[in-house]
Parts: sequence; structure tokens; C-alpha cells
Amino acid sequence: MPGPAVFLWRPQESVGWYDMENTHIIEVSGLVHRYGDFVAVDNISFSVFEGEIFSFLGPNGAGKSTAINILTTLLRIQKGKAVVAGHDVGIAPEKVRESIGIVFQEVTLDRDMTCWEILEFHGRLYSMPRDERRLRIEELLELVQLENKRDTFTKHLSGGMKRRLEIARGLMTRPKLLFLDEPTIGLDPQTRMKMWDYIKAVNRDGTTIFLTTHYMDEADHLSDRISIIDNGRIITTGKAYELKNMLAKDLIYLETSDNTATEAILKGMDSVTDIRGKGRGLLIMVNTDGTRLLPRIMETLGRSGISLDTVNLKKPSMDDVFVHYTGRELRDEGAEKPSLAVARAGRR
Amino acid sequence: MVNLGFLTIYWRDMLRFVRFKTLLISSLVQPALWMAFFGIAMAANFDRLTGNIPPIPGVPTVTYLTYMGAGVIAMTTLFTSLFGGIVLLFDKNWGLMREIMASPLPRDHIIFGIALSGMTKSFIQAVIIMVFGIFIGAEFFHGYSAMEVAVSVLGILLFVGIFSLGFLFLSAAISISLESPEGLQGIITLLTMPIFFASNALYPVNAFPPVLQAISTVNPLTHLVNGIRYFAIGGNFQAIGIHYTATPQTIALSFALLLVFAAMMFGLAYWRFKKAIVT
Repeated sequence: MPGPAVFLWRPQESVGWYDMENTHIIEVSGLVHRYGDFVAVDNISFSVFEGEIFSFLGPNGAGKSTAINILTTLLRIQKGKAVVAGHDVGIAPEKVRESIGIVFQEVTLDRDMTCWEILEFHGRLYSMPRDERRLRIEELLELVQLENKRDTFTKHLSGGMKRRLEIARGLMTRPKLLFLDEPTIGLDPQTRMKMWDYIKAVNRDGTTIFLTTHYMDEADHLSDRISIIDNGRIITTGKAYELKNMLAKDLIYLETSDNTATEAILKGMDSVTDIRGKGRGLLIMVNTDGTRLLPRIMETLGRSGISLDTVNLKKPSMDDVFVHYTGRELRDEGAEKPSLAVARAGRR
Repeated sequence: MVNLGFLTIYWRDMLRFVRFKTLLISSLVQPALWMAFFGIAMAANFDRLTGNIPPIPGVPTVTYLTYMGAGVIAMTTLFTSLFGGIVLLFDKNWGLMREIMASPLPRDHIIFGIALSGMTKSFIQAVIIMVFGIFIGAEFFHGYSAMEVAVSVLGILLFVGIFSLGFLFLSAAISISLESPEGLQGIITLLTMPIFFASNALYPVNAFPPVLQAISTVNPLTHLVNGIRYFAIGGNFQAIGIHYTATPQTIALSFALLLVFAAMMFGLAYWRFKKAIVT
């Protein structure tokens, strides 16, 4: 027997949580992808809600690009299931292609075509009718502020302009879902910030955004939700503040005359949730107000005859979250084995 | 609705063709230079060597320049078509192919689009050679009425078209399978040698050893040259001491062989594109 009819009011621009909880625009379960013996994507499952900005955060080689290539149907799915914009990538890849926009990691603009021609070509590739195409090109050139570059060859554009043109191209067909693979790689800080504004504006207009990045601040600043991905696996998923709060309320960094003894003493304190070795000192995660706890810590250590060299108190950043979950710093990229070992050894 | 997606690929490739001025001019001047230098030099030699061979009575004689003019059209078509797919390789290396591969455009449309633009380039070159050839003394369409010239030009373009499609499909198949332009260069050089020299483009095959003759019989280039000569010169003529005859039947057979070749090459390209992964 059918249940009572529920009228779900859904706004044109889906930005609210009520909507996000309801509709999955990407659903992935048990996705595995191998290159020979190498497992690039190792059994990942996740969902992206309609209307949100969702990030894959992880180092180079974590499997982000492989995952995005499968979701955008450039790579054939090997194992698992992925439904993108309502279509299974393994069964109806051409349906998926019609419903998504993509901005690739590398610049993929023909150097010898003008901005207008780039967009025209893209519109034609997707069989957009001529009038709609022409109208959309003008709209988009205005959106990304390239109106006066209409007839400029792309080889004469700056890095930021190229990126903007590529975003415009990704939006050409008014996709419900836009994939951005490392959207600000190689851009200067100012241009990156502007890029973020564009991405947010696009999202506000109702386009769901799936982005991959290895920049902590980018994931933190842009995303509604983040999945931290490393070695082909999703380590954790959540809103940026949730991930940080899960880690600790505050972080206290100490360098002392005897780190081992310090660790032993502080482990017994109520508010201390975790202690890790970091560089020449200790990083102490606390679930209470650090400014109030710090004097107590200093007093306790003083009583035990341990002297302090350095003290630092801060809120957890995405970097801290990443280090906590992966056991290494993002910029290490697995190259520095010793620091990795230290970090692992320090974890409880 | 008929999907005309291949026209998008065609449009972009032609845009680049007219945009790269050096490429455009060199591709148009090169065939004319072949006629001007190789043609005139070889014609002088061949006509001197074969000048004292008694002509076969009752059969019209054509000069060597006229004879090899058809070969130059064929040769130019071969080279242009074999290199026609290289743009796919550049697109792949520059990452531009990803945009196309990620779009809903069916992959056979990529093949058709590239083939169509390559064919257009071959048409332009063929017309240039014909005009320039006549200008420097080749006796194409000798004694033809205007109507006959029009039909003959169409016949030549039909042969050039189907032949170029075959080699463009081949070129596209190789390009999509390779990683580097250097590799393509090598393969094309390897292919052009036997195709070009084991054919009747520049000289008669009658004096070839049997193996080479057998190769020339199945060589698509030979059949293209047969077609061009039939339409440009006629079905009954002698050149450099050899009597050439062709009937509508033999020409239809040549065309049918080119058609089969093109179909096979399309199959090859289709298979390579289905398997291609561009990320």
C-alpha cells in the first residue's frame, strides 16, 4: 500500500540542507580500479548531494584523478557501481556525458582557437542548437569576465583567464553537475581567491560541484563536505568544521626538555584526547578551551621539573586533520619516510 | 534526427587548416613544385629515352608529363591522407582529445570528421595540380568538350575521395593507437615507400619483377592512378612506349577495390577508437 503523498517543496536553486539530504547526484559504492597490480582506487563508496560542493582532498597519486576519470566516463569502470546524474556510468555512459560538465586538471584549450571558437566548438560537440549556443556563449563570457577576449587566441590568455574560459566551457551545456579537477593548480594566490569566488557563484546558481584538490585551504574554503582520500581509500568524510572538531577543540604544541616524560604525564589528563610527536615537540589535542588548560599543563610540568622551550596554541586546521588521518603531511607526498615513521610512532 | 556531429570535428580541422598559413601554403605549393621540378626534369629524360621507340600505329601518344601528372595527384593524395590523422595524435598529446572523448559525440564521428577534412584538402590539392599541370604543358582532358571535362574532373575527385578516405582511416587508426608523433612519422615513412614505388604512379609496372608486379596489382595507389588516367587522358593511349587500355569495367573494378580498402580501413579505425582510452 502506498504511503501518504508527501509534497516536497524544492526550490529552483537547491542550496539548503533540506535538499542536500534528499537527493544524491553521485552515488558510488565499492569502486575499485587497478592498473595492472597497482590498486589506484581501493573500494571507495560515497555520495554527493545535489546542490553541494563536494571535495576529494588528497595528495598526488591518491587516486583522485582515477576516480574522477571513472565518474566522467573517460575510464571504463572495472568493479563497483557509480551512478552519476541518475545514470550508471557502466551502462549509460553517453547519458552521463550529456548531463555533466568537466574542467580537467591540465589546460585543454586549443592554443590556436579564440575564446569564442572554444565555446562554439564545445556547444556543437554537445549538439546544442545554434541560437541557444550563441546566447549561452555571451552569457558565459560575461560570467567569467572575458567579453573583451572573445576573439583572442587562447595562447594569449593568462593562466587565470584560461581557467575561467575552461570553467565557462564546462558550464556551456548548463550541466547539473560540474567536475573540477584541481581547479587552481598553478595559479597565483590572488587568482586562486578569485577562482574560488567564481566557483562559489556557479554553485549558488544551482550547479553541484565535485572537485578534487590537494590544497587544504581550497578544500576548507570551498567545500560543503570533504572526503580525505589517501592510497586509493576514503579515510573520512564530513563538513570541514566537523572534521576539525572531531580532531580536537584546540591544539597545543610543546617543546620540552623531556618529551617522553611530558607525554606520559599529559596522557593522564582528562581533557587531553591524543598526543602525537611532531618535529622536535609534541602536539596535544584537547577537547576543552586550550587557553584555560594551558596554564594547568605548564604548572603540572613545572612540578615534575620539566622545562618548556616553546609553547603554541591554535585551532586545528585542515592540515592537522589530514596529518591526523593519514599519518603524514600532505606536502611530504610519501617521499620522506622517516617523518612518516615518527608521526606513526607518536600516534596512539 | 540525423547526428551531424562529425561536422563539428570537420569545422575545427578546417579552421586550423586555413589558420596555419605556412601549413596551408606549403600544402598547396608542394604538389605544384613536384610537377614543376620532378615532372619537367623526368619528362625531358623519359621523352629523350623513349623518343626513338616506334609508336604503335592508331593509338594516341601522350607526353611523360601528362602521364606522370596523374601520378603526382595520386602521390599527393597518399601523403596528405596518411598525415591527415596526425592532428588526432597532437590533440591526444595536448590533452585536447579528452574534451572530445568526454562529450556525447559518438567516436565514429571523430573518424568521419577528420576523414572529411582530409578529403577536402586532397580535393583542393588535386584541383591545383590539374590546373597547374595544364599550365606547364600536361595534356589533361585533351580534346574534351566542356561537359566531358566536368564529368572527368568529377570522376577524378570521386577516385581521389574514396582513396583518401581509406588512407585517412588508416592514419586515424594509427594515430589513436600511438603515443608520439615521431612514431607516426616512422610508420608513415615505412608505409609510403612500398606503396609509392610499387605502383604505376611514375613509371610503368610492366617491367617489374613478378613479386613487385603482384604487389602493384593489389596496391590501392595503382588503382587510384588507373582511375585518374582514365578520366584525365582516356581509355586508350600510349606513353613511354607502352600501350594503355582501360574500359569502364576495369575502372569500375578499380573503384570497387578502393571501396573495399576504405571499408576495411574504417573497420580498423573503428576498432582502434572503441578501444582507445584517453585520460
